[in-house]
Amino acid sequence: MMDAQLIPDLLIQGVQMTSVLVLAPLLTGLVRIVKARLQRRRGPPLWQPYRDLRRLLGKEVVLAENASWLFRAAPYLIFAVTWVAAALIPTFATGLLFSWSGDLIAITALLGSARFMLALAGMDIGTSFGGIGSSREVMIASLAEPAMLMIVITVALVAGSTQLSTIAVVMATHHVGLRVSLALALIAFIIVALAENARIPVDNPATHLELTMVHEAMVLEYSGRHLAMIDLAAFLKLSLYVSLIWCMFCPFGMAQGDWAQSGWGIGYYLLAMPIYLAKLAVGGVLLGVLEVSIAKMRVFRVPNFLGAAFMLGLLGVLLLFVSQGM
Amino acid sequence: MIEPAAYCVALLLALSALGVCIARFRRANYMIYPACALVCVALLAIGLVSLGASLTSTAFHATLPWVGAVSLPTGVTQLRLPLGLPWIGVNFRLDALAGAFLVLIGLGGASASLYAIGYGRHETEPARVIPFVPAFLAGMTLVVIADDAFAFLFAWELMSLSSWALVMAHHRDEGNAHAGYVYLIMAVFSGLTLLLAFGLLAGPSAGFTFAAIRAAHLPPVTVGIIFVLVMIGTGSKAGVVPLHVWLPLAHPAAPSHVSALMSGVMTKVAIYAFIRIVFDLLGVPSWWSAVVVLVVGGVTSVMGVLYALMEHDLKRLLAYHTVENIGIIFIGLGLAMAFWANGLLAGAALALTAALFHVFNHSVFKSLLFFGSGAVLTATGERDMEHLGGLIHRMPQTAFVFLVGCAAISALPPLNGFVSEWLTFQAIVLHPEMPQWGLKISIPADGALLALSAALAAACFVKAFGVSFLGRPRTQPAAQAHEVDGFSLTAMYVLAAICLLAGVLPGAVIDTLSPVTQALMGAHMPTQMDRAWLSIVPIAEARSSYDGLLIFLFIAASAWIMALAVHRFASRRSRRSPAWDCGFPDPSVDTQYTAASFAQPIRRVFGAVVFGSREVVTMPLPGDMAAAQIEKHIHDPAWETLYAPIGAAVTAIADWMNVLQFLTIRRYLAFVFVALILLLLVLALWQ
Repeated sequence: MMDAQLIPDLLIQGVQMTSVLVLAPLLTGLVRIVKARLQRRRGPPLWQPYRDLRRLLGKEVVLAENASWLFRAAPYLIFAVTWVAAALIPTFATGLLFSWSGDLIAITALLGSARFMLALAGMDIGTSFGGIGSSREVMIASLAEPAMLMIVITVALVAGSTQLSTIAVVMATHHVGLRVSLALALIAFIIVALAENARIPVDNPATHLELTMVHEAMVLEYSGRHLAMIDLAAFLKLSLYVSLIWCMFCPFGMAQGDWAQSGWGIGYYLLAMPIYLAKLAVGGVLLGVLEVSIAKMRVFRVPNFLGAAFMLGLLGVLLLFVSQGM
Repeated sequence: MIEPAAYCVALLLALSALGVCIARFRRANYMIYPACALVCVALLAIGLVSLGASLTSTAFHATLPWVGAVSLPTGVTQLRLPLGLPWIGVNFRLDALAGAFLVLIGLGGASASLYAIGYGRHETEPARVIPFVPAFLAGMTLVVIADDAFAFLFAWELMSLSSWALVMAHHRDEGNAHAGYVYLIMAVFSGLTLLLAFGLLAGPSAGFTFAAIRAAHLPPVTVGIIFVLVMIGTGSKAGVVPLHVWLPLAHPAAPSHVSALMSGVMTKVAIYAFIRIVFDLLGVPSWWSAVVVLVVGGVTSVMGVLYALMEHDLKRLLAYHTVENIGIIFIGLGLAMAFWANGLLAGAALALTAALFHVFNHSVFKSLLFFGSGAVLTATGERDMEHLGGLIHRMPQTAFVFLVGCAAISALPPLNGFVSEWLTFQAIVLHPEMPQWGLKISIPADGALLALSAALAAACFVKAFGVSFLGRPRTQPAAQAHEVDGFSLTAMYVLAAICLLAGVLPGAVIDTLSPVTQALMGAHMPTQMDRAWLSIVPIAEARSSYDGLLIFLFIAASAWIMALAVHRFASRRSRRSPAWDCGFPDPSVDTQYTAASFAQPIRRVFGAVVFGSREVVTMPLPGDMAAAQIEKHIHDPAWETLYAPIGAAVTAIADWMNVLQFLTIRRYLAFVFVALILLLLVLALWQ
């Protein structure tokens, strides 16, 4: 690794890490505004999530009397793990400096670590709401995570790699074409993404005090800066999944690693950034439209929904094992 | 290096004899267990040295490729004692595979002995435990270094019997006698199948040494029969479904340090036996045997974790997770066999390394978790999670190390469990172009089952940790628990540190294992430790890479920086108040989620199919003051469809044959005579 190359590489990696962090609340704000407009409400302004975070960060934390160290450490760990996972995803450029330190399986597992911590934090106070949230979260995860891994394997078999940068390059430049297995994987991935981000029809991010809530029940005892960290992690996770869809299934308009050496230099990155913003916006609008057009499911229909994603993923993998061209 | 290993075994046997004499004294604890720990450390060192010797020899062969076919690794040492069968003696041999498993026995034995120095003080009947622990360790070591069938089977039975004695240590407790009985039957069954397998391997010329077996060429049908027998014999010891039934009974019945040894080490010795016979003695496998191993592994991993989810006894839950992890190891072994059968040596080396890595990992974190459950048992006297809760406040150190163990076994990065499962996934996506249809279907199906079991394991350990250590104490003993002694804590901290180290420096473990795959299949994974930033790259960098160290540093740094920034620039005030609970907090501890209620959604989703589970809710009519009731019914498919019919058949035959017990002496003599005639006839017809 040449030193002359190291500085710009570090810089681009830094821009990527900061940009996912800064843009994440914006995406959530966009989804909220789209949903509100479609329901003929005015809705909160686009930057409301930033305001919420600032308000929460400034407040004091009210801890339950029997909260343990785990309850206080979990928000920072959840945030850190989610951020690291988001940093590993090529958003506007492939071949980032640290992209090889974890592949798609590692990203899935990192999100699993965040969920593990959150589910434990939900059980720490010993209230029935925390328990119900954690219990349902792990039930949903026990199907969503294997479905996600099946999708990962499908994509990895097509691209011949589990490394996201390589996957993006293969999907964008080689002649992959339309494949049945990838179509199945895309449908499955959308289902998984809805479940993982606690969106309708699996969970409702806008409710409190409702027995169907999952994510909100787990974080019910959190307040102040702790809640801000958890909210920020949730924003990050949403933008991570939207970026992941684009990166795996439609990685066009990304700055490739070798573009920088071709003499164009920074120009490509400046071009790739607005494209990434547009991709996020499209994802946000589609999510908003989807959320207002369907109803929330009963909690015990969720396993069928996710089971379908798991089966679609498995079908994609089997097709690829049977024939490389599918 | 074989002589020191043999001396260690002799020392352990001597300690066992000494233990018989002094176990009644109060100080026996402080004499036998430290001595055991020292001998185990020596075993660990011997294993490492023999691996190192093989490592240098493989490096040597790697630089001199023309040596190739005639390579006799310099790390192999042999020893022959004039005991056992007169014409072959007792043969011992230490090669890379044996060295790797010696490391495991040494590590597990040393940590269990260290733990037992403290834990053993609470033992009510030390004379039933202390003499058998060194014998158990000696038996396991002998299995690993045995180099002929006789020595192997003798060591195997020594291991089984000494562990049976330890299972029966608290024989008056409810259920333990039954556990010991079932264990004994399954151990005898396993020994019998291995006896038959070695009989077929040795053939009519009675070549019982492993060298003679390796040299012999057996017809494919015989190899097939041997494979099935070995699968049953070693599988029942390791705990594959449906031969696992003894495991969740016997492992929890023993004292906790012995549970750790049985789950963490003895099941691995069974894996060793499988690898030794199938990979080393039988050589290149056929593809259908790979399919058998893959199917058994996949089913075992998911069934094990589902059983664990239904469980609320902490030690039984851990025992069922041993079943799950054995399944994951068998998936890795099956992949290695599938690739090896098709001549894909690089993939086979990757899959076998993944399996061996998981063997090591499981040994470490399962010992850690059993130590933790033993600490809980010491502090509260409870194994039932429904009677625990809130222990994180009373036992903060145990809670921390137990949490590390839970995260490691749930395959969460940056800990070690993730690395081995990651390697297994890499092996699964490696070769979709398998020629055989059986493999085309079973490999992706195993990928799905592995993914499912990993996710369910995380759910199960949220339950295990959340219900026992978090929340509010459900009973008085849990509310008055106290932290355990320094010896136990040290043992747990050491293992937790190994979980983290093996997770952030996986390259070191992979490189240490490379002589094993090299010796067995003539291929090994590329050297990892000379990569930049200590990342691991199984095949090629463009294909996949993982860097546990960087991930760990990133997580630690960003969490720390964020916490610092928030406390510095935003708010650092906090205050304590009653729990919010949506405005209606209930002081009763029974309003918390229990282990059963936590697993209810998963029981409903998966249990209805697998266990035929159902819930019956009885609601009293309005005005009736009776309490509402919910009953759950769960069926054990393995027990009800396999063991209960066999047991019924045995009883029926016994009833039917009962008349034979009341015959006259003349009739018995007639029986003997007829049997003799029949045998002579068979012999005459045979020739």
